[in-house]
Amino acid sequence: MTPLTLHAGDIAIAAILLVIDAALSIGLRLRFHRALAIASVRMVVQLVAVGYLLRYVFAGHSPWLTAVIVLAMSLVAVREVAVRPVRRLAGGNAVVALPNVLGIVLLTACFALLTAIRPHPWYDARYAIPLVGILLGSILNAASIALAGVLDNVRQQRDAIEAQLMLGATFRTAAAPLLRRAIRTAMVPVINQMAAAGVITLPGTMTGQLLAGADPVDAVKYQILLLILLTGASCLAAVGTAYGAVARLSDGRERLRLDRLS
Amino acid sequence: MNLIVDALRNALAGPFTFTVAAGECLAITGASGSGKTVLLRMIADLDPHEGGVTFDGVDRASLPAPAWRRLAALVPARSGWWADTIAEHFPREREAAWRAIAAGLLIPDALFGRSIEEASTGERQRLALVRALIAEPRLLLLDEPTASLDPVSTKAVESAIAQRLAAGTTVIWVTHDAAQAERVGDTRLRMRAGGVLGA
Repeated sequence: MTPLTLHAGDIAIAAILLVIDAALSIGLRLRFHRALAIASVRMVVQLVAVGYLLRYVFAGHSPWLTAVIVLAMSLVAVREVAVRPVRRLAGGNAVVALPNVLGIVLLTACFALLTAIRPHPWYDARYAIPLVGILLGSILNAASIALAGVLDNVRQQRDAIEAQLMLGATFRTAAAPLLRRAIRTAMVPVINQMAAAGVITLPGTMTGQLLAGADPVDAVKYQILLLILLTGASCLAAVGTAYGAVARLSDGRERLRLDRLS
Repeated sequence: MNLIVDALRNALAGPFTFTVAAGECLAITGASGSGKTVLLRMIADLDPHEGGVTFDGVDRASLPAPAWRRLAALVPARSGWWADTIAEHFPREREAAWRAIAAGLLIPDALFGRSIEEASTGERQRLALVRALIAEPRLLLLDEPTASLDPVSTKAVESAIAQRLAAGTTVIWVTHDAAQAERVGDTRLRMRAGGVLGA
């Protein structure tokens, strides 16, 4: 089965749709044509740059270059997780986001590369980089929802948490309802994604493989593996981030330290 | 079971140094915002601060914070609730005991099956007091416990606390009502603006 190759001209024809969008925006005074133009140009430039970069990395077989790219991708994800909540922890939200995002993406990526996917060598950039990318997307979602769930709700839960502390509960017990709600909320998108897979939507990876000419059952196997990995990584990220954030809000005397949150 | 408060201070109020004899009630009056709540929160070790507290010869710092707070119960002016029904905030194994205390404070029995939003401010305040009393703390820190109560309920609260005092519990009672301070306090202190205690 040979994949169909796309030419620049084929893409240019598809771009007629964007031109129609822009025309609608101007005609109906929807005022999104400027943003649309900028976003379209960014999309093309970013993806072409990534395409060439990956072609170079895949050809080079340098584990160091792969490691540097994985680290850079992870740091961008850490930043996204840290800026999502309205509230800021003293010392920065990255204190919680960094170890969780980096630790969990490395853990799940290495796990998948060494057990299920098994390329030679196991750190082959062609497998490692796309895998890290898709894992980071899910981890970013789960970690940022969990972090915002704790940091943005703790202030309004203050009376409930301190009421339990006053009765002699440990901070861990008093913060448990807040913690559980944050983790459950963070798990919703990834559970929905699994439940809807194949029925309501065809997941992106699978669609890409089908369009590139892959056998549907082979594409499905990869998709199942990926969804399992994404769910596992999201759950670890949600739990780790929520616990990390809650731990930063207490001290050795089991107090609620809202002064550490701005 | 003397309470010795030694130079408690933080950025908002203090330093506070005083002693309350075992089984006695110290009534603290003063304008709102003068630091009465801050003082109670520092004794309960809920906010970072300097200074020490000794109760019944035991240095607070030698106890884990939860153990200290079971010994020294703070009943705040604005109570917090975390479960769906009111009854879930009370220990199930001691239901007879808290229903009896609640009845003494004129709380309708049917209230326990409802959610906290259905309780009035005065009912919430008395429910929070029941929740603290059921654990039988030896030091009670009361922050305006009758602020939203009618005279009949106020009297019920005062006599419930008087029973505890008679049984040996030590009490610090913060109130803005000078007549109440006169009624309930064995000793009285006044909080002045800027967080300074005086006679």
